[in-house]
Amino acid sequence: MATVARERVAATAPPAREKRKFSWLALLWIAPAVILILAFFIYPLIQTLIYSFQNADSTAFVGLKNYQFVFTDPAMLDALRNNLLWLVLGTILTVGLGLIVAVLVDRVKIEAIIKSALFVPMAISFVGASVIWKFVYDYEPSGSTQIGLLNAFLGLFGIQPQAWLTNPAFNNFALIVIYTWMWTGFSMVIISAALKGIPDDVIEAAKMDGAGRFTLFWRIMVPMIAPTLGVVTTTMVINILKIFDVIYVETGGNYGTNVVAMEFYNQLFNFNNYGRGSALAILLTVVVVPVMIINVRRMRREEQGR
Amino acid sequence: MSTTEQRAVPAARAKAVAQPREGGYFLRSFNNSLVTILVVVIALLWSIPTFGLFISSFRPPQAIAASGWWTGLVPPWQFTIQNYVNVIQANGLGQAFINSLIISIPATILPILFGSFAAFAFAWMNFPFRNTLFFGVVAMLVIPNQIALAPILYWFTQLGLTGTYAALWIAHTAFGLPFAVFLLRNFFAALPKDLMESAYIDGASNFRTFWTIIIPLSVPALASLAIFQFMWVWNDLLIALIFVGGNQSVAPMTVVVADLVGSYGENWQLLTAASFLSMALPLVVFFSMQRYFVRGILAGSVKG
Repeated sequence: MATVARERVAATAPPAREKRKFSWLALLWIAPAVILILAFFIYPLIQTLIYSFQNADSTAFVGLKNYQFVFTDPAMLDALRNNLLWLVLGTILTVGLGLIVAVLVDRVKIEAIIKSALFVPMAISFVGASVIWKFVYDYEPSGSTQIGLLNAFLGLFGIQPQAWLTNPAFNNFALIVIYTWMWTGFSMVIISAALKGIPDDVIEAAKMDGAGRFTLFWRIMVPMIAPTLGVVTTTMVINILKIFDVIYVETGGNYGTNVVAMEFYNQLFNFNNYGRGSALAILLTVVVVPVMIINVRRMRREEQGR
Repeated sequence: MSTTEQRAVPAARAKAVAQPREGGYFLRSFNNSLVTILVVVIALLWSIPTFGLFISSFRPPQAIAASGWWTGLVPPWQFTIQNYVNVIQANGLGQAFINSLIISIPATILPILFGSFAAFAFAWMNFPFRNTLFFGVVAMLVIPNQIALAPILYWFTQLGLTGTYAALWIAHTAFGLPFAVFLLRNFFAALPKDLMESAYIDGASNFRTFWTIIIPLSVPALASLAIFQFMWVWNDLLIALIFVGGNQSVAPMTVVVADLVGSYGENWQLLTAASFLSMALPLVVFFSMQRYFVRGILAGSVKG
């Protein structure tokens, strides 16, 4: 079909675009973007890699010492472990809840309002969200009036107030809840759009064949939106990998809540250690390389189809 | 043919969000009102934290420290705007709000301008290494900004740019570019080819084609991108901290509010009003342009 159309165009008038080969003027059009991307992505990538093999003020090479610090220092190992917890739990919660809510709201009349309510936190900065949740998690000593919503609520059931943000037993979970609150709306909106894209006849056919609710969900709906779930999951992983603001505001990385991006900031800005800071930045970048490759491959495939 | 298909896909997705059609295959057999109650409870749970901060910000300081915000909902009401007056006048939040605007507006316009130039060339011009360069841009989509901060901080310090608005304009423009180029190039490439060809046959220059055909046709994509970039810059903390963190007269709201948390940890009343001020503009933008915001998210989600 496409070829027929193209041949017809070719018969009447030569395709103008094909004639415009190698327009050097095009380089002017891309120059500002390409120069900035070279300066802020490509050059820093190389420079940071070099820094990461050098000492704190980049005056001497120290080999792998910075990486050794990243993977053996007890405080760093804590940060790495926390990051892993964040990645696993944060992704499962945002994608899982997003999926559940997307399926649920598909049924109700006030869908738009419900979606907005979940989506609003996306417009709020991590700083704003952190202040909002500081109020939810506020802790006053047992016996005094609790002004934090969570402790006041639990108090109704006779549960002792807890210091949610400073108690290492659960403060990481408390922080992950804040992220979940912010980003569930994002995955819900995308998943919901994908669910609406499933053709009705597919669902009807499955029902005719006697598929129950859960068969329908696990065998038809989830596989059909699997690519979307993949996209949402990768987005979350990339986001969470760099998680910084919430921790900076809520705990400053203290009380056992440190993560890689927080430590990066501390090394670079508070300790002026370019070497260690850069090793951490390289670590964050190496982790996203597979996603980068997948992106480019898909883009290439789409281009060939064009 | 394939171009029209590509164009149809985002449109259909956006439409699906805008007008929910009769769905609910999954839960059709559940009690309808039960599901409604469940989602309403979820929506309330999601809204209560923000609502709590909003109420708190209008309560007198001693009341905030002495009782939960929910007690302020029952009469006798004693709401006040004094907290807002205080943070704007005494704590420099007014200046920070203006700083956020001064930072965000150019940092939204510039990447869209440069991004759309490049996207136009990538979509409609022929030049050596066109696809390689474009794939290079796509590859940059997921690179964490952290990778750039140490070298750029070094250079900005050398050039005396740290602590200036310009540092943030340049940094945000550069960091926003891969996404801008990616999103716009895909949108431009999906525009009908005939339009472009007839313009060329009529002898229109690239420049004219760009401003009179491409840009007017791309308003929805440009709007989505503008909202995204604006929110991103307005809400950013890390880049502002690194490049202007020490200079309070240039610092945006996020930095000032984050400082308030640290230094005024127990002066709740200031914190409530300050953070609500910082959220006000993004919330207005969000509610007035939710459609474009959602569309942008759907288009951008390809990047994962």
